[in-house]
Amino acid sequence: MYEPKIIGFLCNWCSYRGADTAGMARMKYPPNVKIIRVPCSGRISPELVLRCFREGADGVMVLGCHIGDCHYANGNHRTAKRMAILRQLLEYNGIEAQRLCVDWVSAAEGEKFATLIASFTEQVRQLAPFVEIMQ
Amino acid sequence: MAEETRIGVYICHCGTNIAGVVDVGEVSRWAGELPNVILSRDYKFMCSSPGQELIAKDIKAQGLNRVVVASCSPHLHESTFRGACVSGGLNPYLFEMANIREQDSWVTTDKLEATKKAKALVAAAVYRVSYQKPLESLFVPMDPSVLVVGGGVAGVQAALEIANSRRHVYLVEREPSLGGHMAQLDKTFPTLDCSACILTPKMTDVGKHKHVTLFTWSEVESVSGYVGNFTVTIRKRARYIHEELCTGCGICWEKCPKKVLDDVFETGLGYRKAVYTPFPQAVPNIPVIDRPNCTYFIKGTCQACKKFCPTGAIKFDQQDELLTVKVGSIILATGYEVFDARRIPQYGYGRLANVFTSMEFERLTNAAGPTGGKVVLRDGVTTPKSVGIIHCVGSRDVNYNNYCSAICCMQSLKFAHLVQEKLGAQVYEFYIDIRTPAKAYDEFYQRVLKEGAQLIRGRVAEVTNEACLPGEDGKLIIQVEDTLIGKQRRIPVDMVILSVGLQARADAKEVAIKFGISCSVDEWFIEKHPKLDPVATMTDGVFVAGACQGPKDIPSSVAQGSAAAARVMSLIGQGEIEIEAATAVVDDGTCVGCKECIPTCPYQAISFIEYVRKAYINEALCKGCGTCVGACLSKSINLKHFTDDQLVAEMVGAMQTMKLFEAS
Repeated sequence: MYEPKIIGFLCNWCSYRGADTAGMARMKYPPNVKIIRVPCSGRISPELVLRCFREGADGVMVLGCHIGDCHYANGNHRTAKRMAILRQLLEYNGIEAQRLCVDWVSAAEGEKFATLIASFTEQVRQLAPFVEIMQ
Repeated sequence: MAEETRIGVYICHCGTNIAGVVDVGEVSRWAGELPNVILSRDYKFMCSSPGQELIAKDIKAQGLNRVVVASCSPHLHESTFRGACVSGGLNPYLFEMANIREQDSWVTTDKLEATKKAKALVAAAVYRVSYQKPLESLFVPMDPSVLVVGGGVAGVQAALEIANSRRHVYLVEREPSLGGHMAQLDKTFPTLDCSACILTPKMTDVGKHKHVTLFTWSEVESVSGYVGNFTVTIRKRARYIHEELCTGCGICWEKCPKKVLDDVFETGLGYRKAVYTPFPQAVPNIPVIDRPNCTYFIKGTCQACKKFCPTGAIKFDQQDELLTVKVGSIILATGYEVFDARRIPQYGYGRLANVFTSMEFERLTNAAGPTGGKVVLRDGVTTPKSVGIIHCVGSRDVNYNNYCSAICCMQSLKFAHLVQEKLGAQVYEFYIDIRTPAKAYDEFYQRVLKEGAQLIRGRVAEVTNEACLPGEDGKLIIQVEDTLIGKQRRIPVDMVILSVGLQARADAKEVAIKFGISCSVDEWFIEKHPKLDPVATMTDGVFVAGACQGPKDIPSSVAQGSAAAARVMSLIGQGEIEIEAATAVVDDGTCVGCKECIPTCPYQAISFIEYVRKAYINEALCKGCGTCVGACLSKSINLKHFTDDQLVAEMVGAMQTMKLFEAS
């Protein structure tokens, strides 16, 4: 067992505020995910996710607003499509798709956020450290 | 980089909020060793004025050109610290924040782990800030007109405040008249003044105000633009009445032969005509023709109203109109719906005739209501001798709504008072807890107790008409566990009033999407900050007031109406609006003109310049979401303040720290 290193890209309007909501409610979750705030999950290019893996991340999370709730109308529609393709590309290159988490967390869903962090950390923990599979 | 990077790092204790879990001294010492960090301090409250002055002083004295503060969420204090940087003479975009409270000290149990996470987050911010560039904001003029959506008491209050300061208000109301739910009520707690007497003067003031344009029987169709410059399309539904010609004389509804059950204003207890105003004091006093029920529209005959109208105002050929208005800010005051009591079948509403909802009782006891204020049973004649009032119907219940609807306790106590005063009947109230937390509320509760109402603590199991004990024949029996004496009781009464809770409007979600704001899990609109910014939303220029944000009584709704108006006035007073400086830009040198980015933009800010075959982004239209950046195949678009360099540096900072701890 090891401590997975995870990078989480969170949109500013829903998911990042969802993380704040979890914090304000003092919900406890594992410390493995380091959060990077972006305006919209649509900002995340596939390359950015790949850069995280190249840097040695064991898992990457991309969280945005629920479909229909995007602050920028439909940025997350692009995320949904883009990340689905990226997932296949990862598999094709021998990287388990379970290392990429794409989900929607609203500003009110602190509990969902905390649960998601805990379950994804556990999911990644079940896989070997990323550096080992790349060797 | 020509200039040497000099970073100042500040770790906030936030009292014990952070320092109680994270070893702030250690984080500060460690941050001091990161590349380009000139100084690193920890301080009790960075957001306090000494904390802010510390930053400004260090910028000047130490020649800092980048600042990192590790404290709370940037949603709370990013603007505070940006301000501190500006007062030290630093461009606000050369500041970065690490969130070590909401994302660390408050959510991590293990102190060692929390300290490690804080280090990683601080490193990420330090790495990132080196790549940040100064940005200049654009300013656009602020349109001083305001759109208020919803003509209930909150909306009316907001509209009046703004109009009185000589700014123009467009007030949109879905129903034929202003007034909202308050117009339906009889007395208002705790002072028992008549609802109509205090509301209708306000409605009239708004209706005839020279700075208010009223759109009743209308809805907002679409909204575009941004703070300072919204374009709103309003659908003015056909009234089939010429508004200028109509004098409101009322001959049309006197002559109209078609009686229609009024299930909106009179909650199904009374009738109106097919051409009607919902109540006599309606503002505007112009009727509407209820097309689905009008004989002319159904059969093509009748036209009684048209024959008798003295001014020729009936226009059967009227069409819906789409009108466009320009406003700088928007106040949503769309109110609530009452909980549908049919959803709790064991309380018998809709099945047992003499089970009423609170809104029905308001109409029954209202002197202008269908019975002229006589409280009678469903048969229309019998006066009840005993009345049971059930609290929390649909509220504080995991099966329906978890929240407290805030008004039902006081409303139920008010009913108890009215029933005893009008009928001298025995009143039983069934409550879970009595909640009377506002000025003069608890005194009212004490008064009702003294008047002889019996309060029974316990959630009612069922309301039934199946008599099994003597004295229960022909009565409604309320089965309840009286939790104060620990016994099951059966209370026979003539009338049951269900104090139904409030809930978000069925189309709240749709409205939220239209105006670009968000809803909570219960579908109430979410305010920017629950304590410190209760009427603003995450969308600049869009404010909320009244019960659309959560259950509220009249005083709170009015207060929010005024508060939202004050927020709008302060925006208008600024005269111009700072718009997003973090916009996307295209690198002409590498753009291949593939046009992949153009359809991704939600704001149509990207155009294609044919003669150079490059994409071009209009910065005034760009909102800075970066969706085009994610789509650009040649990596030619970058989003200022969220460039690839900056995000990668942030990620590398976090990763390197985590790897360091892994190795040790």
